[in-house]
Amino acid sequence: MQDAPAAPVAAAPDEFMPARPAAAIRGARLRFGGTPLFDGLDLDLPAGTVTCLLGPSGVGKTTLLRLLAGLAEPEPPTLVERTGPVAWMAQQDLLMSWLGVLDNVLLGARLRGEPRTPALVERARGLLARVGLAGREGDRPAALSGGMRQRVALARTLMEDRPIVLMDEPFSGLDAITRLRLQDLAVELLAGRTVLLVTHDPLEALRLGDRVLVLTGSPARLSAPLEPPGAKPRAPDDPALLGLQGRLLRALAEAAA
Amino acid sequence: MRAVRLAVTAIGLIAAWQALVWATGVPRFILPGPDLVAARLWTDAALLAHHAMYTGLEIVLGLILGVVLGASAALALTGSGAARRWLLPVLVVSQAVPVFALAPLLVLWLGYGLASKVAMATLIIFFPVATAFYDGLRRTEPGWLDLARTMGASPAAVLRHVRLPAALPAFASGVRVAAAVAPIGAVVGEWVGASAGLGYLMLHANGRLQTDLMFAALFVLAVMALALWALVDRLCRALVPWQSDTVHSEDAPKEVSR
Repeated sequence: MQDAPAAPVAAAPDEFMPARPAAAIRGARLRFGGTPLFDGLDLDLPAGTVTCLLGPSGVGKTTLLRLLAGLAEPEPPTLVERTGPVAWMAQQDLLMSWLGVLDNVLLGARLRGEPRTPALVERARGLLARVGLAGREGDRPAALSGGMRQRVALARTLMEDRPIVLMDEPFSGLDAITRLRLQDLAVELLAGRTVLLVTHDPLEALRLGDRVLVLTGSPARLSAPLEPPGAKPRAPDDPALLGLQGRLLRALAEAAA
Repeated sequence: MRAVRLAVTAIGLIAAWQALVWATGVPRFILPGPDLVAARLWTDAALLAHHAMYTGLEIVLGLILGVVLGASAALALTGSGAARRWLLPVLVVSQAVPVFALAPLLVLWLGYGLASKVAMATLIIFFPVATAFYDGLRRTEPGWLDLARTMGASPAAVLRHVRLPAALPAFASGVRVAAAVAPIGAVVGEWVGASAGLGYLMLHANGRLQTDLMFAALFVLAVMALALWALVDRLCRALVPWQSDTVHSEDAPKEVSR
C-alpha cells in the first residue's frame, strides 16, 4: 500500500512520453461549507520541475496539495493523476517527540515494517550530514531549535526517496536567514524531482520555482505560470527577481481586496 | 533545601498539634497528642506492619489489575468500532453508580478476604486509566496521522508506532490519578467488612476508643500512599522520558513548531 487511496489514480502510462506531467489534477471540484472552493480547476506538475503555488490565505492552496497527496477527499469528477508515489512535508515539522533524530528520519521504513538495514541507516546518516546535523542523530526533537527540526523534517522527506515531493509552507515558521539557508539546501537536494511547493512568500517562490502559479478567487483559479529567469536558487537581491516580486505582491494584494 | 523545608513543615505541624492538645486539655480518646501516637507506632509496630501488609497487597494488586484492565479497554475502544458502539455507553453509564455503594455487594459476593478489596480498588482505578488513555489515543496530532498515511503505513502500524507512543503521556497521567485513589478503594473495602488491613484496624481501634492506635494506623496509611505515589510517578517519568520537563502539562504531546 504505497498510496493512500483517495481519488481515482490513473494507471502509470508509457513513461517515454516526456511532455506528460508527473502529477496533475483535472477538473478539481470541492465545496467547503457550501461555498465552492474549486470548480473545474486543472493543475499540472511537469516532471522534474519545481512548481511554486502562491495565493492569499484560505484560497485552497493547502487543500489542492492535500488532494495531490491523497490526504483530502475530492468530489467527482475530480481526477488526481500521479505517475509515482509522493512524499509530503508539512508546515509543522511533525517530528515524533519520542524518537531520536535518526529514528525520525527512518520513520517511513519503521511505519512500513521494512527491515532497518545498515545501508538504510547509512543513507539516513548521510542525509542528516547533508542538512548539517551530523552528530545529533541520538538527540530528541525537544533538544533542537526550530530550524534544526525543520532540517530533520527535510531529511525525513528526502529519505522517502519519492519522485514527487509535495511541500506545504515548509519554511514559513523560520527566521529569514535560516529560511534562505534551508531554501538553498532544498534546491540542491530536490534536484531532478517533481516538486509542488505551497508558500505565502513571493520571494521564496521566485527563488526556488521553475514555474510560479498564483491561486486566487472563489472558486479559485490559477494564473498563467510565471517562469523566473536564471538558475536556482536565485539570489534574493537579484533586481529581476525583485521586480517580479513586486508584480506578484500586487497581484496578491488585488486578489485580497 | 527541599528536605529542610519538609522537616520544618513537619515539625511545625507536630508542634501545633501538641500545643492544641495542651491548650484545650481534650481527653486522649478524642485527640491523642503526637507523643502518644508515636509511642503507639513504636509499641504496636508489629501489629501495624501486619495490617499494613494486607492493605499494601490490596492496593498493589488493585493497581496492577485496574491499570491492565483500563489500558486494555482503551485499546479495545480505539481498535474496534464495535467496541466503541457497545462498550462506551456502558462505561459512561457505569460511572453514574457510586463505586463506594458497591462495597457491601462486593464483600457479599467475594467475601471478607483479599478479593473484595482488590475488586474495589480495581473498580476505582479502572475508569481514570481507561478514560485518560482512550483520550490520548483518540487525540493524536492529525499531522502525524497524515504523515503516516503518505508514508504508506497500515492502521496497525499507525496504532503501534504513532498513536500508542503519542498517548503514553496521557496514560501516565491516568496512572498517577489511579495511584492516588487506589488506597481509598482498599480502605473503603476494609471498612465494609474485613478481618485484616489498616482500614479494619482503624475501625476496630475506633470502637474501643483506642484513638492513638487509630492515628498511628492513619499515619502508616498516609506514608504508604505517599510512597506509592512517588514510586508510580517515577515509573511514569521513565515511561515518557521525552516529556520529563513538561510532565504536568495537559497538552504536552502536541509538538508544533512555533
